[in-house]
Amino acid sequence: MTDKKNKGTDPKTYKFDTLSLHAGYQPHKNAGSRQVPIYQTTSYLFDDVDHAAALFNLERGGHIYSRISNPTVAVLEERVASLEGGTAALATSSGMSAIFLTIMTLCEAGDHLVVSSQLYGGTVNLFRLTLPKFGIKCTFVKPRDTEGFKKAIQKNTKGIFGELVGNPGNELMNMPEISKIAHDAGIPLIVDATYQTPYLCKPFEHGADIVVHSLTKWMAGHGSSMAGILVEGGKFDWMQNDKFPTMTTPYEGYHGLSFAEEFGPTAFTMKARAEGMRDFGPCLSPQNAWNVLQGIETLSVRMKKHCSNAEEMVKYLLGHESVAWVSHPSVPDHPDHELAKKLLPNGRGSMIAFGIKGGKDAGVAFINNVKLASHLANVGDTRTLVIHPASGTHSQMDEATLKFAGLSHDMIRLSVGIEDIDDIKNDFEVGFRAARKPRLVSNQ
Amino acid sequence: MKFKVNGTEIFASTGGRPFDKNKPLIIFVHGSGLTHMTWVLQTRYFAFHGYTVLALDMPGHGLSSGECLKSIEEMADWVSDVIDSVGYKDASLVGHSQGCLVTMECAARNPNKIKTLSLMGGAGAIPMNPELLSLAENNDPKAVDLMMDWAHGPAGHFGGHPVPGLYHINTGGMLAKSRTIKNTLGVDFRACDNYKNGFEAAKKIKIPTLSILATGDKMCPVKEGKKLADLIEGSKVEIIDNCGHMMLLEEADRVLKVLKKFILDNYPSNK
Repeated sequence: MTDKKNKGTDPKTYKFDTLSLHAGYQPHKNAGSRQVPIYQTTSYLFDDVDHAAALFNLERGGHIYSRISNPTVAVLEERVASLEGGTAALATSSGMSAIFLTIMTLCEAGDHLVVSSQLYGGTVNLFRLTLPKFGIKCTFVKPRDTEGFKKAIQKNTKGIFGELVGNPGNELMNMPEISKIAHDAGIPLIVDATYQTPYLCKPFEHGADIVVHSLTKWMAGHGSSMAGILVEGGKFDWMQNDKFPTMTTPYEGYHGLSFAEEFGPTAFTMKARAEGMRDFGPCLSPQNAWNVLQGIETLSVRMKKHCSNAEEMVKYLLGHESVAWVSHPSVPDHPDHELAKKLLPNGRGSMIAFGIKGGKDAGVAFINNVKLASHLANVGDTRTLVIHPASGTHSQMDEATLKFAGLSHDMIRLSVGIEDIDDIKNDFEVGFRAARKPRLVSNQ
Repeated sequence: MKFKVNGTEIFASTGGRPFDKNKPLIIFVHGSGLTHMTWVLQTRYFAFHGYTVLALDMPGHGLSSGECLKSIEEMADWVSDVIDSVGYKDASLVGHSQGCLVTMECAARNPNKIKTLSLMGGAGAIPMNPELLSLAENNDPKAVDLMMDWAHGPAGHFGGHPVPGLYHINTGGMLAKSRTIKNTLGVDFRACDNYKNGFEAAKKIKIPTLSILATGDKMCPVKEGKKLADLIEGSKVEIIDNCGHMMLLEEADRVLKVLKKFILDNYPSNK
């Protein structure tokens, strides 16, 4: 094992920006096509019956049917796995389906999860209302209550789930400490890192075991395509206890296969694909996978601009007479300011929550009068987006749940885009003027 | 499955099929610091096509107990003991990298017990880069990063894993980090560096032998593999282009194709 050309101790593996453009794809295996081809097909020819059997038996790698895997989608999966520092990934039709598939791969009826209380409203509903219908119960814990996660663990708890930076209140989970709690209990930590993308944070480096993303947001970045992904870190030892029998024992659901024995650091993804994608089928279309790949090519360039614009907006909002409060991890008095420095060294993200003076009516007037900022139920677009969570994304919550999730009626959620910063500020001035005189402006 | 070899509990993958003493046995021996999982795209085929397969975790590796064996000669004798422990009189051996040294030495020492020999990324000697050896013996994870860098060809660095969704370098790296680096990779690297009997062992081998080499292999280059193959009477050489040292994963299908032909021609199963 001598490599004369590689003197020195620094590996020459490709770095983040290069992987964003190249990982997962080899042009010479695709007619020399420099761009990733869109394999718009449902299914793939078998060479003979032996080849067909080999693919179904997982004797060989390859594609059978695009619900299970697709060559364009596979490039996206490898690319995201490489950027996250993961061993494997499975792309899905949306971020919600990535979370659902993760939970259904991990849990069975009778199992329990400990879940951060500050989540996207749809995710709250999944854990609070939908998963119990499958016999999976959840205990919610406030994201800053690190000790609370420990106390909530039961004998049948199979994992801890949370958003690294909670939506929409910008509370951080102490990932290193919570991962230790999870690992001491022999269960994995699952982190939704949609807000960060691997450019801002690689959760596997801080103890996470599975990462999920809504690729629809910053990863794709252009507000064009729905997509999600689950990524496996490869460190979690599924065989350390008897909590995960469908991973560690011959599993009737897949020809007696023991995923952990056979696939080790990629076992979770293999099971999620072989069982979850087969049985639930939330596959990603090759066209959308390709669209997301285009976004990822410029991920680091966009994230730098998102973050610099967000920091400018934080300063602007902090000094504005119409703003009651600003929540962003870059603000020195944000409770997680120091933790954010550690977990998000490349930037604190482009999601800002702020309170508008005048409460709900002022919030509604602001939202109704900004013109450049788009009022819609998405985040992570190249364009600046705003929403009033209490009447929008989290409107299905009752008063008590809103309070538990840390939401208030004056809160506006801002996803800062990459437009010229002066144009965003000028647009906000129009909104704030309307908010100060809501009736007058709304009647104009 | 788990079984005991010289009192130590050992794990071996049987390729997804039950262990069956009525079928011919193929034993797969992994490279330095790695585990049975490197063989997943070869073992399952043979297990489903008339063979009993054991993809070993060497002692102290993967899911096997015990401490790592400290010399290639000890490992060769241990592989022979594995054959006895599972109740077989003979077997066919397949090795990768360090596993080539082990299986070659085992075949030389047990001429009647080993029926065929398949070497992937093999050479008569595998002297270690001193920096890499030092990093591994000092438990520095950079040793794994360097190994993954050098072990993958240019194509492997980009990805394109045959199994959809898997990323080569991080998967290999995680396997090599699954146990304490200095106790697995460090011990294995030292054993490779110390082993000087490869060319003499090769001269003693009289069984059908296949060497699979890769044009982009920086760790065991083609010319070194050919030098070894020239010493093994009647051995065959297959070259995989555009591929690095981790050929069994980087070009799993092409490797399986040549391995299948060789095994079916020289070690047929009628089961």
